[in-house]
Amino acid sequence: MPLNFSSINNVIDGLRARTFEFFSRGKAWRRRIALFLAVVGPGIITSNVDNDAGGIATYTQAGSAYGYTLLWSLVPMTIALYVTEEMCARMGVITGKGLSDLIREEFGFRPTFFVMITGFLVDLFNVVAEFAGVAASMELFGISRYFAVPVAAVLVWFLVLKGTYRQVEIIFLILCVFYSSYLFSALLSKPDWILAARMTVVPTIHLDVSYLLILTALVGTTIAPWQFFYLQASFVEKKVGQRQYPQARLDVLVGSISCMIIVFFIIVCTAATLHRAGMTNITDAVDAAKALIPLAGKWAGFTFAFGLLNASLFAATILPLSTAHVICEGMGFEAGIDHKFREAPAFYWLYTILILVGAGIVLIPHVPLWKIFIYSQVGNGVWLPIVVIFILLLVNRKDLMGEHTNTFTFNVLAWTIAIAMIILALALSVQGIIQAIHPPVS
Amino acid sequence: MLYATELMGSAAYDGQDNFVGRVREFFIEPAEQPNRVSHFLISRGRFQPLVARYDQVSKVAPGRIDLNVSERALDAYQPNESWLAVRKDLLDQQIIDTEGRKVVRVNDVDLAEHRTNGNIELRIAQVDVGLPGAMRRLFQGLAPSKLMRSLQTKLPQRAILWEFVNLIEPDPLRRVKLRITHEKLEDLHPADLAEMMEQLSAAERQGIIASLDEETAAAVLAELDERLTTQIVEKLDPEKAADIIEEMAPDAAADLLADLPKETSEEVLDEMPNQEAKEVRELLAYDPSTAGGMMNTEFVYVSEQSTREEVLEWMRNQELNLEQLDTIVVLDKDARYCGTVPVARMLLAAPEQRMSEMKTEPLVSVTPDASEKDVFELFDKYNLRMLTVIDDLHHPIGTVTVDDVVSRLVNA
Repeated sequence: MPLNFSSINNVIDGLRARTFEFFSRGKAWRRRIALFLAVVGPGIITSNVDNDAGGIATYTQAGSAYGYTLLWSLVPMTIALYVTEEMCARMGVITGKGLSDLIREEFGFRPTFFVMITGFLVDLFNVVAEFAGVAASMELFGISRYFAVPVAAVLVWFLVLKGTYRQVEIIFLILCVFYSSYLFSALLSKPDWILAARMTVVPTIHLDVSYLLILTALVGTTIAPWQFFYLQASFVEKKVGQRQYPQARLDVLVGSISCMIIVFFIIVCTAATLHRAGMTNITDAVDAAKALIPLAGKWAGFTFAFGLLNASLFAATILPLSTAHVICEGMGFEAGIDHKFREAPAFYWLYTILILVGAGIVLIPHVPLWKIFIYSQVGNGVWLPIVVIFILLLVNRKDLMGEHTNTFTFNVLAWTIAIAMIILALALSVQGIIQAIHPPVS
Repeated sequence: MLYATELMGSAAYDGQDNFVGRVREFFIEPAEQPNRVSHFLISRGRFQPLVARYDQVSKVAPGRIDLNVSERALDAYQPNESWLAVRKDLLDQQIIDTEGRKVVRVNDVDLAEHRTNGNIELRIAQVDVGLPGAMRRLFQGLAPSKLMRSLQTKLPQRAILWEFVNLIEPDPLRRVKLRITHEKLEDLHPADLAEMMEQLSAAERQGIIASLDEETAAAVLAELDERLTTQIVEKLDPEKAADIIEEMAPDAAADLLADLPKETSEEVLDEMPNQEAKEVRELLAYDPSTAGGMMNTEFVYVSEQSTREEVLEWMRNQELNLEQLDTIVVLDKDARYCGTVPVARMLLAAPEQRMSEMKTEPLVSVTPDASEKDVFELFDKYNLRMLTVIDDLHHPIGTVTVDDVVSRLVNA
């Protein structure tokens, strides 16, 4: 069986089924866990893929520049992530349709086309950023990018198009486990856990410009617009019914929290080492990994770089596929790997172009990769407000959602988060544009 | 050919050449005629919108529609549930292409002009699901019509003739008013229909199952992803669910009911005829991952003493599912299981040959508590097509067929 959009979820299903078997044999508390495992997946995957190369760069920057002082922002960010993702999960479960389908049916062709074309460009930059992450982390291990990136691209392309169920299952399992490498980097860097814990619950706000910018970037990279499409489509694809909605919601919650735990470890790790050593100008995850070696030992640096490689590869596998899928769905083209190339040319071309161009740009000598990171952030920033407004309009439609529209309180919370996110995202893109025009001296 | 996209927003002029308003929607009245545009909605800014009937229209061209009556002769617009709206109900919505057996999304609607006693009727010829329609939707009003018309000939066409279009309407009342039947869907293979239904929304799936005849509905439910099957059956009322489940083979019915919450499955079973309900209840008692949970209790069994001719004669008078029939269970005089006879061997045997002479060697069977894995291994080892399940007294109580095994292996 080749891997496709739905078989990504099938893989998770497979892994889950085994766990399910184990838990369902036991006592009452075990059975409750088993019930949850029946729908688990989309929320956790989405959030994990969210901590991609661009994200890790930002978290590194935050930790090295401001130490533990930005940790408090993780709590409101978890809430924002949960609230926005929950709406998509709910729409997926109740309507049984993907976000791009709903936008097309309720807002017509032109808005859909606009959302899709923006999405394609933004995701293309994101894919470039993922391959840049592969290039950078492999170079730290002494492997040239001209070898590592083509190999990664071919691997991803083949894995998705030709991989068998079992191969993919094993690879995904390994990738998921490797997210924990940041836990080891954090442990090896011997942080002040008590201080970190205190800084997480007690907000400290500095009012200087670069502090606010980093804060904005944290939000901007954590809540990426493409994830809403992926999340909702996954719940539809998994055929989660209304009865299992509470478990789906729990999945989103666990996903949001686990995503933030990884962010927590990255910030703690860089705060305890780079920031304490006065290296506050680290802007890139690989520089951070290099700097970690003398400070916290070889293994701290290696696990850090390895985490980046893992995150980049994971995102590079899922992002092109889900983008091609979502665009084809919205535009009404045939989509899915179970179709032959001739039956679904748009789908295969989109998928191939995303990987080819994504990996290709990284291989151009002297290409300024930091610019690409900025462009992908700017792109996310422009795209996010549009997508979030569509989500809020759709989720409140009685004819679509019936009694499952947002409650008044939830709406107040959701709109507040949306407006805050929109302001932050726009600020981030403006900052990105300024930076692109006047590059920092480096 | 005219296109709905090109005509939307056209200016409407009355018989005296006075501007009336702009055309915003086309309606079809399926109860009258299934493909004719029966009403044009003309909006007039802050004034109440009007509707022009098909016989009040004398000329239609992109950008301009001429009426043959004065503005005063037009009716005020009243929303009507039995009218199918081209923009709202068709454009951007999913439909089923019954010829291509696919769910597709409508980009544009192509209209043909028919001249009848001095006026022009528009009839839906086909729906556009390809690039030309997409291009028109994107550039309408931004690029000149002429340019688009010359460009679209260079694009690959993908359109579905109106007669092959099956609309999907979840609301049952509106479905009746719009005369949407699913007869065309009933002619499709259940597996194709099930695959298409997986692409629709929950409400739409529910609507289709509710309007299919019970036999087709049962066949589709058996093919559908089991998670969807449970969701659908849960939402049906127990009586309708029972009617559909009755049509299913007992093992399929038991598998389905096992996934439902206890109360729901009890409600459904109560609505079923006693005999069927009893069979299904018995099957439900077995663990789904054992031979008992896999087996079907409907199978053909005859005495080993009977001749080929007697068996054939008897079978002709039974209602059997012939497509699934390829092995016959043979019993001894105490009704104990003593072998199986493949139908192919009977085909070639002499009329008076006895069943006992045609049995397959060796004698293979399992008890209902044998694990799924043991069953798979037996099928593999003896290249079986069917395996008999026997109770403690060696009486056959059901059979596991090769397609049960295949579907379990695929879903494993």
